[in-house]
Amino acid sequence: MMFEYAPAPESRAIVDIRSSYGLFIDGRFVDGENLDKTVNPATEEVLAEVTWAGAQDVDRAVRAARKAYDKVWGPMPGRDRAKYLYRIARLIQERSRELAVLESLDNGKPIRESRDVDLPLVAAHFFYYAGWADKLPYAGFGADPRPLGVAAQVIPWNFPLLMLAWKVAPALAAGNTVVLKPAETTPLTALLFAEICQQADLPAGVVNIVTGAGDTGRALVEHPGVDKVAFTGSTEVGKAIARSVAGTGKKVTLELGGKAANIVYDDAPVDQAVEGIVNGIFFNQGHVCCAGSRLLVQENVAEQVLDALKRRMALLRVGDPLDKNTDVGAINSAAQLARIRELSDAGAAEGAQRWSPPCELPERGFWFAPTIFTGVTQAHRVAREEIFGPVLSVLTFRTPAEAVEKANNTPYGLSAGIWTDKGSRILWTADRLRAGVVWANTFNKFDPTSPFGGYKESGYGREGGRHGLEGYLNV
Amino acid sequence: MSERVAVRKTYKLFIGGKFPRSESGRSYLVQSANVSLASRKDARDAVVAARAAVKGWSGATAYNRGQILYRVAEMLEGRREQFVALGVPGGEVDAAVDRWVWYAGWADKLPQVYGGANPVAGPYFNLSAPEPTGVVAVVAPESPALLGLVGVIAPAIVTGNTVVVAASPSAPLAAVTLAEVLATSDLPGGVVNLLTGRITETAPTLAAHLDVNAIDLAGVTDRELATELEAGAAENLKRVLRPVPADHDWAGDPGLGRMTALLETKTVWHPKGV
Repeated sequence: MMFEYAPAPESRAIVDIRSSYGLFIDGRFVDGENLDKTVNPATEEVLAEVTWAGAQDVDRAVRAARKAYDKVWGPMPGRDRAKYLYRIARLIQERSRELAVLESLDNGKPIRESRDVDLPLVAAHFFYYAGWADKLPYAGFGADPRPLGVAAQVIPWNFPLLMLAWKVAPALAAGNTVVLKPAETTPLTALLFAEICQQADLPAGVVNIVTGAGDTGRALVEHPGVDKVAFTGSTEVGKAIARSVAGTGKKVTLELGGKAANIVYDDAPVDQAVEGIVNGIFFNQGHVCCAGSRLLVQENVAEQVLDALKRRMALLRVGDPLDKNTDVGAINSAAQLARIRELSDAGAAEGAQRWSPPCELPERGFWFAPTIFTGVTQAHRVAREEIFGPVLSVLTFRTPAEAVEKANNTPYGLSAGIWTDKGSRILWTADRLRAGVVWANTFNKFDPTSPFGGYKESGYGREGGRHGLEGYLNV
Repeated sequence: MSERVAVRKTYKLFIGGKFPRSESGRSYLVQSANVSLASRKDARDAVVAARAAVKGWSGATAYNRGQILYRVAEMLEGRREQFVALGVPGGEVDAAVDRWVWYAGWADKLPQVYGGANPVAGPYFNLSAPEPTGVVAVVAPESPALLGLVGVIAPAIVTGNTVVVAASPSAPLAAVTLAEVLATSDLPGGVVNLLTGRITETAPTLAAHLDVNAIDLAGVTDRELATELEAGAAENLKRVLRPVPADHDWAGDPGLGRMTALLETKTVWHPKGV
């Protein structure tokens, strides 16, 4: 029998969105000249006007960060930096519902996810790194590791506040000050975070937030006054950044694209594996750099797994991100939707078989039904290029060696999944996968203590854990 | 009785465990010897050899790699006088031997120091462990000819990487002689590959090569060249170690940095349950 769900919308009354936002520089909001709109991708409703920072704005922000580094944050004892970070962690916990609703409004992700995954992880991240601030000599990088100075941080739109936390928390704990640029389609939670910094009485200039698009990011990354560049986003932009910092001595960490293999062996419990496959590719609409976008299923169970997967996909609820029963929300932007469509059309044109469950999509907003491609070869674009949407490519294999060969046949190396009941096979496979995170009999799990980051063209450096400090220290 | 006529040595490249001449047939006169002048093709051949050696070397046990690095120290110790004859100060040879011994011991300790269990907030086993990044291109320091070379090769290979090294152009004899040491130390062919000749000729090929995972610019003194090589390395996002300052003390405590910069961290999760 099918259960019917009554609508269960989360109230948006908890969020007070201003009509217009300036830039957060030196502890206060300042007006800029260029304004643009940020929309709710589920409805195309304009949420607010935000400022697109120009080169001069970026310069002011970097100067403010430098001043704060020299005068306040650099000299401050670690135990005091820790207290500010703990304060921020607590404020995030206290205002978590407000932040979660705002995140879902601006990003399109289901409230169940922003409430139960993003926000708890954001607070945990600040809490974790707060504790490091006065313990750096014990982190394994020598007796007196020093901060780098001003960190330029550019983050993507798929986990706006979580990516902010991954960047800001370790930078501040290590004693750096930051200038952060959120993605142009999802600036609002970063601006609310700026208010939280004010509420925490964080000294002016320690955190600066400049909103804008690619030009703003470029001006920030290439600014001669920054000592560190941290970027999460596409491999293409990551390479451009690596080129642009050549010869400058700036320390760089890059967390870029992925095309993760999710390997299902024939002894895996099918229902658990199917849950893992769904979580791997449809979590956050597939807007996940470590998404399990290539399913590698052992040939003798492929039919059984695919049948179960299709049954499960038919139960996914696609729609209003603020509805607490929603599984798959809106695609973040028209541009991203166009890219997903283009690659999906290429998949069909190249001969793969396309399937989506019957699925009613809202009229307004940006939507894409959960989709799988079967009969995919390694040469198909849908098997090679990052789609960054709810689209799964299914390939098969016969032997473990073939699974590993196919899994590693990509320039990316961010994550991978393994499903099997046999422990020795998990460890054998994990040893051979060239990927920074390997989830065995689980997928898309994150934790502030657990280092995250890629091999090969998925970037370099790690975020999270003790390892995450390294990118913000002169070691 | 006439005096015995000495048998001179031909100084050649070291690729895949063999000592070939440059495929270009060229050599250059340096330190009173004709030394192979490596071409771009030699550089590419060396990358092929280094790539072929990755699986075996990175898959060897840490204990085994440690023993082989220690064996290198033994072999180097026995050739002390040969290096002195090439103009390497005796104290530098001793320091180079000691450096191999020091790095040998790290093979089975670094993964414990640099990795470990992560206390995640959930019922999961979660372990981070370092792995070699793969093929590493290295521009060796101009000097000290032996200790500087050991100081860049040993930290790269101890963890399981393989290397293609562009030797110091002005003092290549110690480098080729070190290759002879490596060839007799049970080090599998291809783990260390050595090119002699012009940095400006081989390094750009290595920096741009898509089957190279990292580049160590230790010995690049020309700022412009260093920038060009770093920019070239961006094409496939090679890990980059930037040039070492001219006043760097290669005899000082090396720390872990040269090893850890050439490592990837892999984190494996698994649920706990019954």
